[in-house]
Amino acid sequence: MNSATFIQHMLNSLTLGSLYALVAIGYTMVYGILRLINFAHSEMFMLGAYFVFWGITLANLPWPVAMVIAIVVTATLGVVVDQVAYRPLRDAPRISALISSIGVSFFLQNVAIVFFQAIPREVYRPQWLENPIIMGGVRVLPLTLFVPLLSLALMLGLIWIVYRTKAGLGMRAISKDIETSYLMGVPVNRIIALTFGIGSALAAASGIMWALRYPQLQPIMGTIPGFKAFIAAVFGGIGSIQGAVIGGLALGFIEIMTVAFFPDLAGYRDAFAFVLLIAVLMFKPTGLLGERLEDKV
Amino acid sequence: MRRGQTVILNLVAVAALGGFLWLAEGNFDGYKIQILNLIAINIILALSLNLIYGFTGLFSLGHAGFMAIGAYICSILIMTPDQKDMLFLLEPAYDWVQNAQAPFLVAVLAGGLVAAAIGALVGFPLLRLGDDYLGIATLGFAEIIRVLANNFPRLTNGALGFKGIPDYANLWWNFGWCLVTLYVIVRLLKSNTGNVLKAIRDDEAAARAMGVNVFRYKLLSFTVGAFFAGVGGALLASLLTTIDPKMFLFTLTFNILMIVVAGGLGSLSGTVMAGIGITVLLEWLRVVENPVDIFGYELPGVPGMRMVVFSLALIMIILFRREGLMGMRELHWQSLFKVFSRGRA
Repeated sequence: MNSATFIQHMLNSLTLGSLYALVAIGYTMVYGILRLINFAHSEMFMLGAYFVFWGITLANLPWPVAMVIAIVVTATLGVVVDQVAYRPLRDAPRISALISSIGVSFFLQNVAIVFFQAIPREVYRPQWLENPIIMGGVRVLPLTLFVPLLSLALMLGLIWIVYRTKAGLGMRAISKDIETSYLMGVPVNRIIALTFGIGSALAAASGIMWALRYPQLQPIMGTIPGFKAFIAAVFGGIGSIQGAVIGGLALGFIEIMTVAFFPDLAGYRDAFAFVLLIAVLMFKPTGLLGERLEDKV
Repeated sequence: MRRGQTVILNLVAVAALGGFLWLAEGNFDGYKIQILNLIAINIILALSLNLIYGFTGLFSLGHAGFMAIGAYICSILIMTPDQKDMLFLLEPAYDWVQNAQAPFLVAVLAGGLVAAAIGALVGFPLLRLGDDYLGIATLGFAEIIRVLANNFPRLTNGALGFKGIPDYANLWWNFGWCLVTLYVIVRLLKSNTGNVLKAIRDDEAAARAMGVNVFRYKLLSFTVGAFFAGVGGALLASLLTTIDPKMFLFTLTFNILMIVVAGGLGSLSGTVMAGIGITVLLEWLRVVENPVDIFGYELPGVPGMRMVVFSLALIMIILFRREGLMGMRELHWQSLFKVFSRGRA
């Protein structure tokens, strides 16, 4: 393998990794606050991509406008899902909300099959992302630079919200101790809704960029990336945003590089992540950066 | 009520079921018999999941994986070597796969036993995890089984799967296994072991403090559950006569979870009733997906609508009736008699 191919593989794993990272952030934020694995999160990824498709096809919107609208709509949908399907279960056993989220996931997926149909759809890609540029002898698609850069910008925005605004302070307070946050006057339900909104927006952004990278839309397209992003979140230490980013990048790197160096293993590609998950859960259940959660007796 | 009476009533009920099946076999059309078969298999699967989740509190999402193991083992054993010769187009089967053959009963048992062995093997590391982590890890296990099935063409014929599996699984086999499952799980839960399992579910820390070897009992429950999941998968393979890796997606586990939740976590009679109700509902909902002709108006079929209704039902149950049909209560002969005598008074 020469250095040019290697750089290309590196860029590819950076692209894939940042897409995983964006989705993983949503999982980790919701888990950090509610201790809920939000299965429906992967459907936000899928719906974001579809909303762009319909914005362009039906309303003739230019691509950037369609993208912004799709992100806003998906974020709203994330808030609605929380209010309808999870909020009534806040005091129920934890697994109830998990089962509810599995139900929501299947519901959204099949609603997409009903309304968008199960046939795969071709995605429109802006021309300026397609023309390869030559950088120091390496042929690079602008797309492989655009995805990590936009992801980076979104993550910086998120970090600003979490660490520099009052709402972010609320999020951090709730994830430490939800009961005390109530008592201290944190508007807990509004903050949780905001968390779902932000998480869904990031998942939508990831789905939209995924559709540029692998230009085919299907109602089940969110499932596998969703699982992998969740695994990335566990790997990085669930509850930690930095951990989710590191986990996402690491998973993207492992996947691309294993297939690049051991092409025979390509058929097992979807199993890597699950093997990694089981290994992490067995040897270091808190992940790389996670805090230890004690069992309360 | 004395124990002798209950035994007699149970025997009468089994005889009544036998009579019903005998009538059904003679008079029902193939579609209705197929639904009855599916009911029996779904009850087997749901009972085993209820043992793991409802009675022991282990949130397992790996059922599709155990079913796949049972289905593949059983199919390999009941197909003739000639059939396998024709089937393995991609790559020839391993010699032992090619030559292995067994009667149906042995094949189903083998499917269950291998599933149980693998269940114990993965249970060893995984059962140390808590609720939702266990769920996601067992889900991962099921996915890994599916990827392996896709990538071992000499054992599983890869993505093509098996076709023309002999259809031995008739009403008698399926309901027979259904009764065996019910009997074994009832006996297990009525024994002291059952009390320990429920104690672990209700408060693991307290059970441990009482000196219970929590891990061993969890492993026992998980292994027994995996055995019957394997049996259910084996019967399903022979009933449908075709299997491939795509069949064992998460949706399959989801359907069974739905039966367990709808019937009531920790209620065997609830599971049986929900198993009947939901299997019939799922078949009935197929109507929605086919074109309908109402008074000359052509309503087009809507693919996906079945699962929309189904998942909505699950969300509704979780939101408004979390305990399901029966909660943790059971239907005994005693409670039945009470209902009737109250009606008379």
